[in-house]
Amino acid sequence: MSVLVFAESSEGKFKKIAFEVVSYGKKIAAQLGTQLVALTINADNASEVASYGADKIIKVSNNDLASFNAKITASIIEQAAKKENAEVVIIDSSSNGLYLAPIVAAKLEAGHASNVIAEPSSTAPFTVKRKAFSNKAFNHTEISSAVKVLGLAKNSVGVVENASSAEEEDFSPEIIASGVSSTSINKSAGKVSIADADVVVSGGRGLKGPENWGLIEDLADVLGAATACSKPVSDLGWRPHGEHVGQTGKPVASNLYIAIGISGAIQHLAGVNASKVKVVINTDPEAPFFKAADYGIVGDAFEVVPQLIEKLKEFKSKN
Amino acid sequence: MKILVCISHVPDTTSKINFSADGAEFDTNGVQYVINPYDEFSLARAMWFKEKQGASVTVITVGDASTEPSLRKSLAIGADDAIRIDAEATDGFAVAKQLAEVIKGNSYDLILMGRESIDYNGAMVPGILSTLIDFNFINACVGLEIEGTAATATKEIDGGTESLSSSLPLVVAGQKGLVEEKDLRIPNMRGIMMARKKPLAVVASNNAEALTKAVKFDKPEEKSACKMVDAGAIDDLIDLLHNDAKVI
Ligand SMILES: Cc1cc2nc3c(=O)[nH]c(=O)nc-3n(C[C@H](O)[C@H](O)[C@H](O)COP(=O)(O)OP(=O)(O)OC[C@H]3O[C@@H](n4cnc5c(N)ncnc54)[C@H](O)[C@@H]3O)c2cc1C
Ligand SMILES: Nc1ncnc2c1ncn2[C@@H]1O[C@H](COP(=O)(O)O)[C@@H](O)[C@H]1O
Repeated sequence: MSVLVFAESSEGKFKKIAFEVVSYGKKIAAQLGTQLVALTINADNASEVASYGADKIIKVSNNDLASFNAKITASIIEQAAKKENAEVVIIDSSSNGLYLAPIVAAKLEAGHASNVIAEPSSTAPFTVKRKAFSNKAFNHTEISSAVKVLGLAKNSVGVVENASSAEEEDFSPEIIASGVSSTSINKSAGKVSIADADVVVSGGRGLKGPENWGLIEDLADVLGAATACSKPVSDLGWRPHGEHVGQTGKPVASNLYIAIGISGAIQHLAGVNASKVKVVINTDPEAPFFKAADYGIVGDAFEVVPQLIEKLKEFKSKN
Repeated sequence: MKILVCISHVPDTTSKINFSADGAEFDTNGVQYVINPYDEFSLARAMWFKEKQGASVTVITVGDASTEPSLRKSLAIGADDAIRIDAEATDGFAVAKQLAEVIKGNSYDLILMGRESIDYNGAMVPGILSTLIDFNFINACVGLEIEGTAATATKEIDGGTESLSSSLPLVVAGQKGLVEEKDLRIPNMRGIMMARKKPLAVVASNNAEALTKAVKFDKPEEKSACKMVDAGAIDDLIDLLHNDAKVI
């Protein structure tokens, strides 16, 4: 028996969520009284995951795997799960993780729970808490199959240091064929993605037009934040679709979400409720967003945000 | 080209989410159901393939008779025929197995689905289905072109997009971008009249077994009141974020 986590890396470096899934896996392994195995693919420094509790690290190195392919990666996870006799397989909620997890579940004939946010409340029956109804509620799910595949929601359990001395092993899985191939990747260089960001700065229709987005970008720069927007803003073509957050857009689970000129419609809130701390800047004291926020400023974005940028610069230079 | 669009019938985005007193069941009182918003993008793209490339479009849902309005609406938008698999949509695995059985008996080239259902946010049926029927699969798709049996697609990835190529048959889980918001379809009167005469087949459940079960629901705790900061006192906000919330 074991618990297997897929510790995802990109260009050789582990993502922060890789450490979060390892930390989470350690807790489940402890609950089940079994060992935690971390699977890495082309990670430069695979031993890093030992700091978060991996008892065993299985390392795949293969140049053919330089670009991500969901079907091939899922098959490698399947092979690792079978080899390690894994009872629980844990995958993160990055765009790759979301692509992979159901394929892995189908291959292992495993019950799959996505959006998991806490350790199992019971291991027999195996019961996990998940986000549902676009963050408006939680769903406690029992998984009855022998093997379980869990998709861990980002920022739900955090990264916990727990150094262990891990045994390391090279692993050469069979590389299957995939009918889907990547032809190009288009990422805006140097920009923090909403999925990876600890802080997200988001603008709504209250900003009046795309020409005013410099404010949002400058604020994001000071905070090392990703930029986001409400749905009408992307519908109007002021910002790219990829930035639209909410029920029908991207979910945000950052530590800090700053909403500027966004009214706080239920569909918008559905996508940002999972953020820990929400700050709202809006001219209208009755804007519904204030009810869902932790800190609020009633004021004009064009006056408040430039001041906030200046003051944050001062703060950052001192801290 | 034969297209199958999988429709999930979900509570409208503005629905108040409540549960029975013991938390065991979702309270459907006063809840309006709609076509899952992600599936609307897929359906609109399917209509484009129908109009521009002569594709046939079938819509399918796994659910009881109460889901039929979503199928009728899809027919009114322009789908040619509809199938309802008469089974409760228990979990992602069971739904995928139900769909797989119908797909195996027909030769669809393209299965268009949504990235996730907005009720349970499972995001699992498309990936499981593609594996069960051994079709290629593209998730989080924001652009799709088909030329003969070759597909080129754009997929959203963290921080950008990726271009992919694949052959048919293919499962695609779509979202906004697959078509623009303005290209979503609203049924017109003629469509609604025609939909009444279009075939809606009801297929028996194959009793696929669920591997997961929602046993209880609850809601997040009420949050404490928002702390208001004066627009002239930005330093206070920074202080609160640093010392109180500890997020900067
Ligand atoms: C099926 C469906 C799905 C949807 N999904 C989503 C979704 O995923 N995400 C989403 O965001 N929306 C979604 N919506 C739309 C949603 O209902 C709202 O219409 C939308 O969120 C409103 O965007 P907004 O707050 O930017 O604009 P508005 O509602 O126009 O609000 C603008 C706000 O800016 C404030 N303001 C104006 N001037 C200033 C200023 N100078 N300084 C500061 N504040 C100012 C105003 O007081 C107001 O509160 C969906 C709707 C439907 C029907
Ligand atoms: N009951 C269902 N009937 C038909 N298709 C479904 C059903 N449930 C989910 N789907 C499809 O699978 C997609 C993802 O749903 P889910 O995995 O439930 O989040 C949806 O957008 C639909 O295309």
